[in-house]
Amino acid sequence: MSYLEYRVQTVPTGLSKLLHINWALVLLLTAVACMGFLMLYSVAGGAMEPWARPQMERFGLGLAAMFVVAMVPIWFWRNVAFLAYGFAFALLLVVEVAGMAAGGAQRWIDLGFIRLQPSELMKITLVMLLAAYYDWLDVDKVSRPLWVALPVVMILAPTALVIVQPDLGTAILLVVGGAIVMFAAGVHWAYFAAVVASGVGTVSAVMASRGTDWQLLQDYQFRRIDTFLDPTSDPLGAGYHITQSTIAFGSGGWTGRGFMQGTQTRLNFLPEKHTDFIFTTLAEEFGFLGAASLLLLYGGIILFCLASAMTNSDRFASLLTIGIAGAFFLYFAVNMSMVMGLAPVVGVPLPLVSFGGSAMLVLMVAFGLVQSAHVHRPRGRA
Amino acid sequence: MRRPPKDTEESARRISRRAAIMGAGMFGFMAVLAGRMRWMQVEQGEAFRLLAEENRVNLRLVPPVRGLIFDRQGRILADNAQNYRIVVVREEAGDLETTIAKLRGLVPLSDEQVERALREIERRSPFVPVTLADQLKWEDVAEVAVNAPALPGVTPEVGLTRYYPLKGDFAHVVGYVGPVSDRDLEQAGGDPDPVLQIPDFQIGKVGVERKLEPMLRGTAGTKRIEINASGRVMRELDRQEGERGADLQLTIDAGLQNFAQARMGEESASAVVMDVHTGDILACASAPSFDPNLFVRGISVPDYRTLTENDHRPLATKTVQGTYPPGSTFKMLVAIAGVEAGVVTPGETVFCPGFREMGGRRFHCWKRAGHGWMDMHDSVVQSCDVYYYELAERVGIDRIAAMARRFGLGERFDLPLSAVAEGLVPDKDWKRRTRGETWRIGDSLNAAIGQGYNLTSPLQLAVMTARLATGEAIRPRLVKSVDGREQPVLSDGPLGLSPTLMAQIRKAMFDVNNHRRGTAYRSRIVADDLKIAGKTGTSQVRSVVVRNEDVPWEQRDHALFVGYAPYHAPRIACAVVVEHGGGGSAAAAPVARDILARALHDDLPPLEIFPASQRSELEALFSSLPLLREDGTPPADRA
Repeated sequence: MSYLEYRVQTVPTGLSKLLHINWALVLLLTAVACMGFLMLYSVAGGAMEPWARPQMERFGLGLAAMFVVAMVPIWFWRNVAFLAYGFAFALLLVVEVAGMAAGGAQRWIDLGFIRLQPSELMKITLVMLLAAYYDWLDVDKVSRPLWVALPVVMILAPTALVIVQPDLGTAILLVVGGAIVMFAAGVHWAYFAAVVASGVGTVSAVMASRGTDWQLLQDYQFRRIDTFLDPTSDPLGAGYHITQSTIAFGSGGWTGRGFMQGTQTRLNFLPEKHTDFIFTTLAEEFGFLGAASLLLLYGGIILFCLASAMTNSDRFASLLTIGIAGAFFLYFAVNMSMVMGLAPVVGVPLPLVSFGGSAMLVLMVAFGLVQSAHVHRPRGRA
Repeated sequence: MRRPPKDTEESARRISRRAAIMGAGMFGFMAVLAGRMRWMQVEQGEAFRLLAEENRVNLRLVPPVRGLIFDRQGRILADNAQNYRIVVVREEAGDLETTIAKLRGLVPLSDEQVERALREIERRSPFVPVTLADQLKWEDVAEVAVNAPALPGVTPEVGLTRYYPLKGDFAHVVGYVGPVSDRDLEQAGGDPDPVLQIPDFQIGKVGVERKLEPMLRGTAGTKRIEINASGRVMRELDRQEGERGADLQLTIDAGLQNFAQARMGEESASAVVMDVHTGDILACASAPSFDPNLFVRGISVPDYRTLTENDHRPLATKTVQGTYPPGSTFKMLVAIAGVEAGVVTPGETVFCPGFREMGGRRFHCWKRAGHGWMDMHDSVVQSCDVYYYELAERVGIDRIAAMARRFGLGERFDLPLSAVAEGLVPDKDWKRRTRGETWRIGDSLNAAIGQGYNLTSPLQLAVMTARLATGEAIRPRLVKSVDGREQPVLSDGPLGLSPTLMAQIRKAMFDVNNHRRGTAYRSRIVADDLKIAGKTGTSQVRSVVVRNEDVPWEQRDHALFVGYAPYHAPRIACAVVVEHGGGGSAAAAPVARDILARALHDDLPPLEIFPASQRSELEALFSSLPLLREDGTPPADRA
């Protein structure tokens, strides 16, 4: 069903929208962000500066943005989806070109109060565009090759720009995030099966080529793969961060070493402890209970989003919500796998917890969209 | 655009279905994550915690405080001095050059020091403290401390380093410490003490410092420190103090040692002074000496070359390491051997025509004109050689050697000094064993006057003299107490020689110094209760007889003197060897007399005890000696 098909008069208006906001989701988001503040305070050695205070301010800003976005009717967001995508794509291009000029160092645009990374913006606008696309597309055509090719182009165009930055983590999130929307929209299994199969095929071909005349990667690239598969093979080199991270993680035990007592964190054995490896600090200081609690909160967020999507009969709204939930899931799943040594280090932050302005703001706007979809869901028949 | 309701309902159902599938997938993966967490943190938690501890905690050794060394009066010979130094930490220093420039305004710093420090800083991590200046005065360090705000990254530090306040006086006995060398590690064997690995650790190199290293060193303590990923020390977790090394008290009297050292001056000489009853070594001086403090930090190449190229061998411990033919100081032993063997009586006379014919060779007496009729007493007093040629023939070398050994010659005494020599008391067996030749009568004749193969160290001569004075087989002792525990006085009991004979020998030695004809008559003490009994000796460096004044220094004879005092109640024995000094009576006896007089008085002796004719000369001599000041500090102009 599309919003064109239900009477908008049944949708709450004005401030009464606030009552229809999914407050449980707000609570969960705040709880996760608070864990983030606590950890940022801890990794700074028990200080609000330089991370905890700015992070709180940004969360406040993000919360405000979320409410504003939530108040705006969902059909507005559907209508601007294409524009937003185009805007984000243009920014990405600008950064790319300007970045080239500046020696490739710059990936962000300085807005004064925040440094906006267009690639972050792209993550939602892509989901928005895909959701809008499938809302518009006739259901029967969803799995036809031509109509499958179109969203694939929508996904791969920004991905290509991101991957040359190079930002492998974001590229993966874009591709998989897009694929999640496509999958939810009902694109035929066979396409995904084909992609997965060819991916597996490529990987095994690459690995099989090692040491033969037709070797597909350079030796050093193979060594990096080795390091991922067995970090202890190079404990002081590339595997150092992973080894130290798993040591810190494991040493947390059941209840952790206590707030601000994590020796690995305190003594700088952990890299990037305020961004990509903040989950390790949490695990070290609060143990299994702390780490599992965060996972539970994340699970709650996913659950609320999926439930909202499944009960929403508006196609754009539910695809958008699923897409955002999927992207959010990817964020924390990849980050946690990474710090626990289940995935290679690709530089994906822990959503709402890691220090970082644009990621936080963009995520909160995304949850604003989820709220808007929730608030403006169709209620009853015309 | 309106869609048929069927289409929209179908689509919504499909989305929900797919959402459910994805949800299942997501929660499935989250379950995997939770499982992994549980495995890492709960199952493997202990193992990882251990790894984290290993990362974090580092065990470091705390060097033990080295035991101090005192003299018999409790004066300090080897001290642990506060070593003030200035260290700089690059990452805190900001602009290193201006900081060093400012520092140079406060502390004397040579270009070389600065250059070396800069090189060191270049090599090390930025947080490692690098020593900029060492062995500073307290005033300099205080100056730096006061100006600390203007000198970021610069801190004064204090550590302990060995210091020898009496400098050259104890360079040979106490020795010195130095940085641990590869050779030290090698000698420590397969399981060296881990403290040797501590940077800047000092180990005994020479003398007591080396020989009693295990006592002095103590045992290292440990401290557990927390380090961060880059190896920086964050804090000390706990500390276990080691055990400090034992304090040693030597039998040496620093004042006497100082006098002996000063009295010998720049001569290549050595003197050993001993308590005749306990065997305590009161002085053990080897000249010329050097400042052991030079070695503590590592001596410079030019300084070291100066020491090694000096033909007076300042680095050698001549008192125990130097061996010389005893010359006439050996004669008492030959006389005792002869009387004990029954081949001669003390009153029996031998005619000295100035030489003795033996196997077609003439063996000369030092007095070409001859001494005439000599009995045992006169032969000692006038040091007649021909009397001993006769005795040698009668008694035989083996009995002479046996007697010499009873008096401590040819024995390596167990003293904690470097390279204690065994010397050599030759006999028939020795010559056959080492040279493959038979002993000839001529060898006996040479041996009987302390020449030939005989080799003795000043220490052995002092022991011999003490045994002559007491008739007891006392043994030398250098360490009086260890950490306050008195060490045993060693003696092998009475020598078992006839007291009458010993008295006669002693009377003869008395006349050496106190009879007008005696060879050491000039070097006498006139005070009745302090009179010396002794014996001069001259050991030949070359065989042809020429006047000493006519040959270069290194070919002149060694001058020896052994003696004890007071004659009537012996307390102190002394042996002096002046290398290439010429004759014993002229070069060695006066030195020994002065040292004995100093030893008997525990201070500069009063001039009245010396012969009136020598008093003004001695007064001038004593006042010119660079002696310790009243407060025990060395005179400023001495090394």
